[in-house]
Amino acid sequence: MLTEFILTSLARFLSGASVRWIDCQPDTCQRVYFANHTSHLDMILIWSALPANVRKLTRPVAAKDYWDRGPLRRYMAKTYNAMLVDRKEIKVHQSPVDMMLREVGATDSMIIFPEGGRQAGETVGEFKSGLYYLAKKRPELELVPVYIDNMNRVLPRGEFLPVPLLSCITFGPPMWLEAGESKNDFLTRARDAVLRLKEVE
Amino acid sequence: MLRDWLLVTVVVALLGTATAVGQIVQRQPHLGLNAAALATFNRRVRVWWIFYALLLVAFFSPTLTVAIFGLMSFEALREFITLTPTRRADHRALFWTLVFFTPFQYIIVGYNYYELFSIFIPVYAFLFIPARVAIAGDYKRFLERVAKIQSGLLICVYCLSFAPALLYLNFQLGDGVDRHAASPNDKARLLFFFITMALLSEAFQFIWSQLYGRHVISPTINAARTWEGLVGGSASTALAGMLLHWATPYPLLWQSAFMAMVIAIMGFAGAMTMSAIKRDRGVRDYGTLVEGHGGVLDRIDAICFAAPVFYHITRHLLGVG
Repeated sequence: MLTEFILTSLARFLSGASVRWIDCQPDTCQRVYFANHTSHLDMILIWSALPANVRKLTRPVAAKDYWDRGPLRRYMAKTYNAMLVDRKEIKVHQSPVDMMLREVGATDSMIIFPEGGRQAGETVGEFKSGLYYLAKKRPELELVPVYIDNMNRVLPRGEFLPVPLLSCITFGPPMWLEAGESKNDFLTRARDAVLRLKEVE
Repeated sequence: MLRDWLLVTVVVALLGTATAVGQIVQRQPHLGLNAAALATFNRRVRVWWIFYALLLVAFFSPTLTVAIFGLMSFEALREFITLTPTRRADHRALFWTLVFFTPFQYIIVGYNYYELFSIFIPVYAFLFIPARVAIAGDYKRFLERVAKIQSGLLICVYCLSFAPALLYLNFQLGDGVDRHAASPNDKARLLFFFITMALLSEAFQFIWSQLYGRHVISPTINAARTWEGLVGGSASTALAGMLLHWATPYPLLWQSAFMAMVIAIMGFAGAMTMSAIKRDRGVRDYGTLVEGHGGVLDRIDAICFAAPVFYHITRHLLGVG
């Protein structure tokens, strides 16, 4: 509890984050928050931007190769109730998508970064297919696009000291997989939904 | 002591009246007043309350006042840098600027190391920044990038830090046998005078511009600033400075008027400079840049430019050496 409070406050202070909800409200219904990814703080930021009751039911999905290294990171990942996914060894019978869906069950929401890794600068990379399979297997989940602005300046890839500038987290209107929508169309539409939040005043 | 209570009473009475009027008028839509102007007025009154709460702190704890000004600088600087595009290679220079130079400047102000805090940023920080950016190895628009970081640090941190530094100015009061060192309350009153004149000059310039403004100084930068506003506003501020002479440490009446005028003119210069930067970046207020952040820089631009000049002229007039 205390660790959660300290880390959340620290992340908020360092990133000066302001939170906006556009055509969307915080809710405890089951959701998949998908966001662009530029810094290690992203996971903590989105998680701490959610109201406490929603936060309790939300599990960030994070890379095992980063968050499982060293006791401190493992401890932090535990504080955030993170699901650690192995990016290196993806087994056929144990796909990360199945694992995630099993973990969230019928109550929890999750935070994912569909680019599959941090991007350099302001660009938003192509989305990996995980989001599509999530939507296909559980079509009733609300998919909420999230755009994180300016974090690439707060803590760019390859740096370990954050510069406490001001960043902004924007939650957008939920979307779903349309009937008969192809994988590529859906992933492009999802990426555009994130990019559109960048333009919103 | 009596003087301080008098000040508190007058300020609370005036601000209370302004708040009451603003709130009452807001609940009377049939009067047909400009709703936007009224909202601006109420917002301004709130800002005044915040500044006077801060000044009240100055009467009790100079250290706490320095810390609060330090936080204001930090917030203003991060607004400034967020608004200014920087490149990836500036990261380390920005880190040192925000995490080291900013707090350190306020620490040395708090210890009153005048010899150091008056040159620390313009010498050491200003030489460090270009060197650090150069080491990072990106030469594209080098001078421009360095200048951006330096300007932010100079305006938001160095200049503003001279306002709380007034609380540590060791001047003498009275003359002849009566001559004695200034008490902490005398110094707090000096800061009170400075902030009050800065806030008043903004209000006076606005009112004069609204009533008599004909000749806009620079329409491309700020369409609301007129010559009538500047001249009328500065003269009114000088008059207000004379009325507050009893609260200042200046021996002569004209010195209070002169210092008030200096604050008005420097405040004007600060507001124009910030307008130019905002115009260049295509925003109206720093506050709207990031929702939920108060736009600290919008509120302190006038104070930033006036503070170091006010500090140094006061130092000279009061013969601090």
